[in-house]
Amino acid sequence: MCNQNLRPKVIQLYKTFLHLGKDYPKGADYFHTKLKAAFLRHKDVVDAKEIEILIARGQYIVKELEALYSLRKYRTLRKRYYKN
Amino acid sequence: MSALRVLVGCKRVIDYAVKIRVKPDKSGVVTEGVKHSMNPFDEIALEEAVRLKEKKVAGEVVAVSCGPTQSQEVLRTALAMGADRAIHVKVEGKDVDAMQPIHVAKILSKIAQDEKIDLMILGKQAIDDDCNQTGQMTASLLDWPQATFASKVEKNNGGLTVMREIDGGLETIKVKLPAIVTSDLRLNEPRYATLPNIMKAKKKPLAVKAPSDYGVEVKPHIEVLSVEDPPVREAGQKVETVEELVSKLREVGLIPSS
Repeated sequence: MCNQNLRPKVIQLYKTFLHLGKDYPKGADYFHTKLKAAFLRHKDVVDAKEIEILIARGQYIVKELEALYSLRKYRTLRKRYYKN
Repeated sequence: MSALRVLVGCKRVIDYAVKIRVKPDKSGVVTEGVKHSMNPFDEIALEEAVRLKEKKVAGEVVAVSCGPTQSQEVLRTALAMGADRAIHVKVEGKDVDAMQPIHVAKILSKIAQDEKIDLMILGKQAIDDDCNQTGQMTASLLDWPQATFASKVEKNNGGLTVMREIDGGLETIKVKLPAIVTSDLRLNEPRYATLPNIMKAKKKPLAVKAPSDYGVEVKPHIEVLSVEDPPVREAGQKVETVEELVSKLREVGLIPSS
């Protein structure tokens, strides 16, 4: 089945999220629950095309999270150390 | 001129997002069981070094951290972000608290000589003690030019052109190499250490040294008398009408009285 070669990709994505979740402002536990629910919601998807789309969406969210973290850090520092 | 050898300092500090708690005996802040990470200004310094390497200006990026065993986690992050190798100067026991910028500066200057470093990029200050001294002291010990609070670094033949953040504006200076640059907040946006890169970083070399290897004795030069919380902001009060607001503002002299 063609879905078999998508499996490692999905697992990799999940691991990436788990790693990113450690820095989530609301805590790793909160993130983990949400993450698991989000993946479970699509557990019945079998169409390879659809899975690809979901993976792409996941990768987009990874980028968004990274951007969120760096912006949050930048803003906190700017607030602490710079008047304007 | 051949590719530069760059040294970056990476301090392990309490994570910027953690709410700092002062110990009841006012001897310091609570560090046990608190999340630590790399000093954000050092991340910016490291990012700059890695970018120089990607532009083929720098040949090798060496990350250095002076601190307890856990500092190695910070160095792993540095390696994951793109440093080639790391040196951990292990400081133990009560020396951790005695460690001051002067000790770090002495160690860094010794490493710079040993490793034939051409450029040292450091964070302008650490977010835990906010000393803003290490870069300046190291430059002085090595007798190298320094470009502090850098917000832009460019290589020109034989030196660097650095834009510095100063009060109310920017200053552009030229420094000859070898030199010390300390990073300001707007120098760049550090990349995120991704999971695959962290895995790969485990294979990169990490040397463990002691301050005595560099002939540095960690002897306290200052004594911490007391560490206290900043004053708590006083509660505000609600006003019912505009007239009341205006009269209150007048009372405290925030608007001129008519």
